[in-house]
Amino acid sequence: MPTYRPGPVSLVLAALVALFLLLPLLAVIPVSLTPSRMLAMPSGELSLRHYRALIEDPRWIQSILLSIRIGIVSSAFSTVLALCFSLGVWMFQPRFTAALVGFVLLPMVVPPVVSAITLYFLLTSISGFSSFFGYDTWLGVAMAHAVMTVPFATVLILVSLSQLDRRIDLAARGLGATVWERATRIIMPNIKFGIVTAALLSFVLSWEEIGVTLFITSVNAITLPRLMWMGLRDNIDPAIAALSVILIIITVLVLAMRSVVVRLRGGH
Amino acid sequence: MRGTRSDRTGAALLMAPLLLFLALAYAWPFLGVVKWSFTLPTPGLGQYGALATDSLVQSVFIRTLRIAAIVTIVSVAAAYAITVVWVRGTPAQRLIAEFCILVPFWISVLTRAFGWVALLSNRGLINTWLQSIGFISEPLALVRNEFGVIVGMTHFLIPFAVFPLASSMRSLDDRVLLAARGLGSSRMRTFWSIFVPMTRSGIIGSAMIVFVFSLGFFVTPAILGGGRSVMIAELIYLRIFQSPDWGLGAAISVVLVLFVGALMALLFRYVRPKQLI
Repeated sequence: MPTYRPGPVSLVLAALVALFLLLPLLAVIPVSLTPSRMLAMPSGELSLRHYRALIEDPRWIQSILLSIRIGIVSSAFSTVLALCFSLGVWMFQPRFTAALVGFVLLPMVVPPVVSAITLYFLLTSISGFSSFFGYDTWLGVAMAHAVMTVPFATVLILVSLSQLDRRIDLAARGLGATVWERATRIIMPNIKFGIVTAALLSFVLSWEEIGVTLFITSVNAITLPRLMWMGLRDNIDPAIAALSVILIIITVLVLAMRSVVVRLRGGH
Repeated sequence: MRGTRSDRTGAALLMAPLLLFLALAYAWPFLGVVKWSFTLPTPGLGQYGALATDSLVQSVFIRTLRIAAIVTIVSVAAAYAITVVWVRGTPAQRLIAEFCILVPFWISVLTRAFGWVALLSNRGLINTWLQSIGFISEPLALVRNEFGVIVGMTHFLIPFAVFPLASSMRSLDDRVLLAARGLGSSRMRTFWSIFVPMTRSGIIGSAMIVFVFSLGFFVTPAILGGGRSVMIAELIYLRIFQSPDWGLGAAISVVLVLFVGALMALLFRYVRPKQLI
């Protein structure tokens, strides 16, 4: 069957947009190789000093480790909560499902700056009681990130549940399986892919979260984006360019791997 | 089979942890913010009165609406151009388009804003190049102004505008387009009188998403605006952390939520949520 393909005008316009989308990602490469201490294009010689700075300056390593720790804790927390909630919705189809799901999705649709001031209120209130859980603590940041990522995890798990055949659950139920057995031995193995994706997305969203983190940290819980922010606001540190190049390479590699895996699985 | 007592207990037990968590960690503190807007610094409607009269706040609101409108038009048009190829191109074209959409999508907002700083600043790629070929003698002011903010936000939002458009283009029936071509309609005419009208719901959905996102944008305007092109979200940040005026910051937040809520309600009167994914 013939299909309707885009014409030459469409292709040229799309190529311009593609160039616009890739341009800033390519621009950080020459900046990262500049020998200068400030943001500038390299003139003549190239230098790896900004890559070395990432390894030698302990602040970068510390913030990377902190971001990983916060990402793992918040992603585990939000995935487990989202999984339980979605299983409840799918297995029991309770009344007011739409309203409850809508409530869970709020942090995703409310403007991030409003969520940020809300979580700032929460953590400064908690700080009154506890010094290791509240404003500017890593546990406080992890909890705030869980609030922000849990709607995304819930959406992903609900979507993969919606593709599941209800009859296999009904069969298990008819054969006398308990709720626990249905959930852990029938449903969860079938939505494994959705659960793993939800956990990964939660981790990535926490890893790069900056809008909320800016409001709830000051000097102690310096995540990687927070440290980048400080380097971007004052006078611009080319180490950020080196870091950006590394992050872009990782993203490209992961996406390439994902597309290979998808092709091997034969789905989409 | 539905609605037995054990079912209800099971559902409650599974759903309660998340609902409780968000009630305590999100709904309750949001009410606290609303309370700030009515009680700080003095109880009453004073902060909302100030919002209605303060010329700085108003100019920021107007700038935010203007930037959001420009960004929406540019992003949706650009997204449309690349989505056409992503959805309907040859396999190779599709792969390239997908790469160009998904790589920026997964890269953090900070890295992308920084990329624009590297391109647009006085000693950035564009100014260095234009000076080296002798086209200009003084660097152009491309960043730390509204232009830089619009460029950076458009770049951030194009991938978000792509998804609703792609979903409406995928569901479009090829035969209608081929029939139009077969009956002698030109490429241009087929595109403007058939293709575009048939993807209207995608255009509305994607414009709404981009507009709503732009209203609450913080990071990109703060970096590329350099404090000179302040938008609502940055104003809230400044009110909370620099001038400490928590009541006003809270009141602006409440107004922003109500505004966005009204827009979302409007959106869902025209587009079903499923069409947005």
